[in-house]
Formats: sequence, C-alpha cells, structure tokens
Amino acid sequence: MSSQDIPEENLPAEQDHAHAAVTVADEKNPFADPGLPPHEHRIQDIDERAAKRSERVVALLFTVSMLATVGFIVSYVAIPHDKSIFVFPIGHVSALNFALGLTLGTALFCIGAGAVHWARTLMSDVEVADERHAIAASPEVRAQVHADFKQGAKESAIGRRGLIRTTMFGALALVPLSGVMLLRDLGPLPGTSLRHTLWAKGKLLVNMNTNQPLRPEDVAVGSLTFAKPEGLEEAQEDFQNEIAKAALMIIRLQPDNIKDKRELEWSHQGIVAFSKICTHVGCPISLYEQQTHHVLCPCHQSTFDLSDGARVIFGPAGHALPQLRIGVNDEGYLQALGDFEEPVGPAFWERG
Amino acid sequence: MSTNENNERRGKAPAGERVADWADGRLGIYSLAKSNMRKIFPDHWSFMLGEVCLYSFLIIILTGVYLTLFFHPSMNEVEYHGSYVPLQGQLMSEAFSSTLHISFDVRGGLLIRQIHHWSALIFLAGMFVHMMRVFFTGAFRKPREINWLFGFLLFVLGMFTGFTGYSLPDDLLSGTGVRFTEGAILSMPIVGTYISFFLFGGEFPGHDFVARFYSIHILLLPGIMLGLMVGHLILVFYHKHTQFAGPGKSEKNVVGMPLLPVYMAKAGGFFFLVFGVIAAIAAVTQINPIWAMGPYRPDQVSTGAQPDWYMGFAEGLVRYMPGWEINFWGHTLVLGVFIPLMLFGLVLAAIALYPFIESWVTGDKSEHHILDRPRNAPTRTAFGVAWVTVYMVGLVGGGNDLIATHFNLSINDVTWFVRIFFFAGPVIAFLVTKRICLGLQRRDRDKVLHGRETGIIKRLPHGEFIEVHEPLSQEQLHTLTAHHQYEPAEIGPTVDENGVERKVKGSEKLRVKLSNAYYGEDNQIPKPTVDEYKEITSGHGHH
Repeated sequence: MSSQDIPEENLPAEQDHAHAAVTVADEKNPFADPGLPPHEHRIQDIDERAAKRSERVVALLFTVSMLATVGFIVSYVAIPHDKSIFVFPIGHVSALNFALGLTLGTALFCIGAGAVHWARTLMSDVEVADERHAIAASPEVRAQVHADFKQGAKESAIGRRGLIRTTMFGALALVPLSGVMLLRDLGPLPGTSLRHTLWAKGKLLVNMNTNQPLRPEDVAVGSLTFAKPEGLEEAQEDFQNEIAKAALMIIRLQPDNIKDKRELEWSHQGIVAFSKICTHVGCPISLYEQQTHHVLCPCHQSTFDLSDGARVIFGPAGHALPQLRIGVNDEGYLQALGDFEEPVGPAFWERG
Repeated sequence: MSTNENNERRGKAPAGERVADWADGRLGIYSLAKSNMRKIFPDHWSFMLGEVCLYSFLIIILTGVYLTLFFHPSMNEVEYHGSYVPLQGQLMSEAFSSTLHISFDVRGGLLIRQIHHWSALIFLAGMFVHMMRVFFTGAFRKPREINWLFGFLLFVLGMFTGFTGYSLPDDLLSGTGVRFTEGAILSMPIVGTYISFFLFGGEFPGHDFVARFYSIHILLLPGIMLGLMVGHLILVFYHKHTQFAGPGKSEKNVVGMPLLPVYMAKAGGFFFLVFGVIAAIAAVTQINPIWAMGPYRPDQVSTGAQPDWYMGFAEGLVRYMPGWEINFWGHTLVLGVFIPLMLFGLVLAAIALYPFIESWVTGDKSEHHILDRPRNAPTRTAFGVAWVTVYMVGLVGGGNDLIATHFNLSINDVTWFVRIFFFAGPVIAFLVTKRICLGLQRRDRDKVLHGRETGIIKRLPHGEFIEVHEPLSQEQLHTLTAHHQYEPAEIGPTVDENGVERKVKGSEKLRVKLSNAYYGEDNQIPKPTVDEYKEITSGHGHH
C-alpha cells in the first residue's frame, strides 16, 4: 500500500509538518511538558478501503479459528490414540497429540490474533487522559474515622473492662492450639527408626537384579553390584521404606588397595559393602569409576572414595558413606555381620 | 417515581439493557461500570508480562480441573496393564499408573497434561520477568508496595505449587526431587526429623505424600493464590496503571486507551494468543515423559536429574555448598544443607523487602505513578542485576552436571566456578551495571544539551569539519528530563536550637550513608537544567 492509493482529500495536511521543524514552544522552560501530542491517523482511519481490508483479515482469522475447531473434533474422532507419526524435525510423536494440539492452538491463536488486529487497526486509537485521585483520605475523613473508631471502642468498654479484654485475648490465643494438636497424628514420632535398617547379623546379601544370594566369587573386581537384605521382596507393602535405607553397593577391591584400616577389617576378601544412599540428601549413588574406586552421586555430584572408607572427596555431602560389616556364612554366601553402625542417608539433628 | 413510566421504558429497551437494569437493581453494577468501563490503560509492551502470568494461571486451572477427573492421588501399589507396553506387568503406584492412563489412553489427555505443565513453566517465568519489570522501573514504590508483596507471594507460592504438582505422578525423577526435599527438611535443627515424619506420615517415602501433596497442590495453594491474584488485580485497578514519562503524562493522570473496547479486545485477545501458543508448544514439544523415567524407587536414580527451572536456583545452592557438618553433644548441625535452605529464603526475602529499604533511604512519602527508566536509578538497577546474577549463578550451579557433560568440562571446575561466582558475580554485576547506567545518564544529558547526532559531517568554508547535531523537540526534552533526582541525605545539625548536643542514631548514620551511595556525587549524573540548556543553545547559535 503506497500513499498514492489514498484519496487526496483524506491525506492529513498537518502530519508531515509536525515532524519536520523542531520547535520549542515554551521559551521560558524548554523542558516543560508540551501536553499530549496530536493524534496521528492510521491508514485505516483515513482510507475506508484499508479499513475494509483489516475487516477482512479479522474475519478471516475468526473463520480459520472455526475451521481449526472442526479440525480438532475430526482429529479426536478419526485418529487412533496409539498412532505415531514422524514429524520433521521433532521425530516420532503421537499423531493424536500433534493434531489436537495444533488445531486447538490454531483455533485459540486466531481468535486472539483477530481480536488484537481488530483493536489495533479499527478501534479508536486516540489516547485519552484520566485524572488520578489521591489515595489517602482527606483530613476531615481521617478525623471522622478516628473519632468513630474511638466512639465504638468506648461503647464496647474494651479499654475499661480489662478482665474481659485479657480473657478474650487469652481465649483467642489458645483456641488455635486445638488445630495444632490435630496435626499430631500426621505421622509417628521419629524415635530411633532412622538409625535402623533391615540389616542384621546373618542376613544374606541378595543381588538386586537376579534376586539370588551372593557368593564372594559372584563379585568380580571392577564391578558394581546392588544388593538388598534377604526376605525383602518388591511386592511387600513396606518395600519402598525399607529399600530406602537398606540399599547396598558392593564392589571388590584388591585388599592391598584398601587404605582405610576399618574398611579392610569389615570387608571380606576385598569385597566391601557400603550404603547406596547418599549422605547428602539421600539420592541413590549410582556412578562408579572402576580405576579410581570413586563413586559419584548423580544428583548433586558428591564423590566418595570407596578405597578409603568412602570418605567425601568432592561435593556437598558432609560425611562418609556408612559401611556394612560383611562376612561369609557356613554355606559360602555373603552375609551381614550386623546392622549399619551409624544412620544411613542424609544427616539430621539427632544423628550425632 | 411512577412504575408505569418505568414499565413503559422497559418494554422498549432491548434485552441486553433489561438484563443490565435487572442486575443493577440487585448488584449496583452501573456505579461499578461508570468508573471502570472506560477506565484508561496505558500501552507499553512490558505491561503484557503480567497478563501472561494471569492467563497462564487461568489455563493451569482449566487444564488442572480436567486432569483431576482422571488422576488417582494414591500410592497403593498396582500392577500396570495399560496400553504402554514397556511398563506392562510392572509394580507402580496408582498415581503413576493413572498418569500413564491420562497420557496413553485418554484421548487428548497427554495434550492437556503437557499444556498444564508448560503453562506452569511459563507462569513462573512470566512472574519472574514481570517482577523484574516492576523492579527495574520502580513500579513498586508508594502506593504499590503491598501489591508488590502480593506479587512476590504469588511467585513463591507458584514455585511450591509447581513442585507439589510435578511430584504427583510419583515417577523416578520427581521422586528423587521429593527425596531431596526430605533430606533438606531433615537438615533443619531440632524440628527437622519431626517435620519430615509428619509430612510423609513416617519414614520416607511412606504411603501418604502423594495424597497430601495433592490436596496442597489442587486446593490449598491455588486457593490462596487465587485470592492473592484477585487482590492483585483489584489493586491494579484501584491504583490505576503506572506509565512512563512522556508528553502529556504526569503523576496526576494516566494516558492510554479505554478498557472498552480497546483494552478489552487486546487483553481478551491476548488470553487466546497465550493459550494458543501454549497449546501449540504442547503439541510439538514433549514435557515430563514420565513413562521414560519409570515409577519411583528410592534406590534408583537417573543421571542428569533436574528440577523444573524455577527450582533450579535452590538446586544450585544445594549443589555448590561445601558439605559442612558440625557434631556436638550428640547432635548434628547439617550446615551443608541447612545454609542453602536458609539462603533460598534470604535471597527471596531480599528482593521482597527491597521496596521498603529504598523508601526508608529516600524518605520519600509521595505517590509515584511515573515509571523510572532503569538508568535513572543506577543503584537500584545495579542491585537488581546483582540479585538476578545470584539467581542465575544458582541456576547454572543447579545444572552443573549438564553443563559439564554438554561442554566437556570437569564437573569439579564448573562447581568451583559457581562457588566463586556466587560471591564475585553479584559484585561484578553491580559495578558494571552502575557504570552502564551512569554512562547512559551522561548520554541522555549530552543529548538534551547538544542535540541528537545526525551523522552528518559538514565542512566549513575555512576547512574545519563539524558534526551536525540536531536539537531535540520539546517532547523529547521533556521525556529525558522529567525524572526526579533525589538529593543525598545529610546528618542534620548535631546540636538542637538550645545548643544541646543531639545524639545521632546509628540507623540515621546508616541511612545517610546509603543515601549517599544512591544519590551522592558520582552515583548519579545530575540531569541538565534549563539554564544549562539555554546557555549552551544560545552560545552555539544555530548549526
């Protein structure tokens, strides 16, 4: 659309003029507020044909929206919910999700685009000024309210009858305690439950993946094995709670490589068992570096040296991973020689 | 008043008017409409950021109600027999299996889930950016401090609503996040274990947290947020919108377009634009594919575990904090986790309380409806950028593993970088931002006094080259000089009128110090005065 298309009589003569010359109206104070600038006409304001075009665009957008809604309903009915299609560059996606989302998106977007285009091109864009009024009340109103309040307070005699006042505040202060009391049964008290796990003397170490008790020869050097205490099955109701504390990491080191004296004592032929639960905030540690015997928690990157009592060598964890003392029973299976000596998982106030 | 006359008029009036009359007789809608129907709203692109938040919140409520029709907030273990083959026969909680059901067996269920989750991310991002808009333009000043707090609370509650929401499916990723939360709660001195046991109904994970998070996520928090949001909007209406300085705009007026029709069409249309864009995003961009993560097991984890973005800051704090633990008298103070927990609250509180600190420093009791350009409040802007830097360093720290793997860096180096930048970053950001603001103020001053650089070089008859500057129009002059500049505060006379020495309070000394840091020499560039302007323009004559 070039300006030649606009009928001559519609062209605002003033428009160019306003921009050309720079005039400072107020000689005394050139920084003074000159007031709202004159309204600049849009092309739709002066050319009915342009306005018509805008109208058609808006109507087109609303029509597209209607079609898209029809498309949504058709997609819902026609596309099977398990059909997958390849869309470049996203890859394989659910056809139904793709079609429903795009049709719904189009239907909504076009309503919005239509409304905004309508507002921008056809509705009046003349700027108007509204007055603001002070928010604070006038001194008279303020005085009146204060006087009313004092009158009310005086009539209630709350200031004079101290006994009523004190007992009322007492009653109001106490009554929420009932609500607090009711929260008590949200859970049991911690007691010492965070200190104990399912591990006990004689419990066999069961491979998490094969569900078979482990023998020393099942644990190869450089491998990482996850274990659980015997008798704990996935279908049990308390499985999640118990495994959250009892999960075990088993690795085999060369006994010469074990730097920590207690770690060596608690191991069996270089096989050591550590809690899998990070002492930082309780993520299960899963990344094992064979060469260095470091394990890394994938959540917050605490790194422990399993050849040195699982002490923390990097990251936010505050103390070493608890070790489980293990041995071998008469039948040659790895067994625990007791529970962990310290609480597993994140530290807490009573841990000590 | 004669009823006949009334009836006659009613008989003639169109249906819409009759309905309005009926409602007015009962609700008094006309007096409400009188003051609001043609209410003026100023136009600026940054004013739509709050609208993004409002609309995404509405979308979240709409889609959330739909999701409650299918979701089972239960941790009962069930064996999965739905249509997602890889997980068939697996044990999982009902929460997880019903989420699979929504994603694979309810037509459009996945779309609504994805719209819900995407809207939540956009809602939080919108609130963050909106809050920064309000901060950097000084829109939080009197009379809007309470509305600033409402908005801040919405942001914080939004974070927790988001967290409780994405924890509901009980998948491996979100379960890991819940475990992290439990670990953080345990770190609280004295009460930590008790709060943890009461929240989870015993030891972690227990059988209760999904049902409890559910009522928090769909009722408690959104209920409070809805109330705050209504209050927020009522106050926006009541205070009327702020506006930037410009010709015809003053502290006493508000310039823009009327609610009916322009603002209604634009804002109403914008709801559909936001909804449409989010629906399209949900159509093409997968979010939180819980089937790929599997059901939660406390002894399993995936690498690259990340919370939703708005929790990344807290995640970062926890990741780069050194693992300090103090043991004494049979107790453990888990500073390595507790300090990040406190910092999380303190950093948020710092931005929430800032308006009150600034108004204390300025001592300004007047209302402000004209927005500041960020450069004209250099210290505030620098503080804001420093705060954002702390937040962003936290986000970077929260993604340290992804940064390490994506850019082939050492995780230890990334963590150390973040540890140092947690302290150095905000200081650098503060100094650099302040410099930039002062530079921009100088440029504005030059522009006012010497005009706009035209880029035209003129050669004078005697050979000298000069650059032609074009003087600014009065509109531009006014816009660039309309801002108020505070004088730095001074400690008043130390003796009173009777010559008795007055004790200067420590708080007063601090206020004066801060005031000088804000408005003293070298901390803001004095805006040009009319006299300076006249002297220069008359001296140079006409170019």
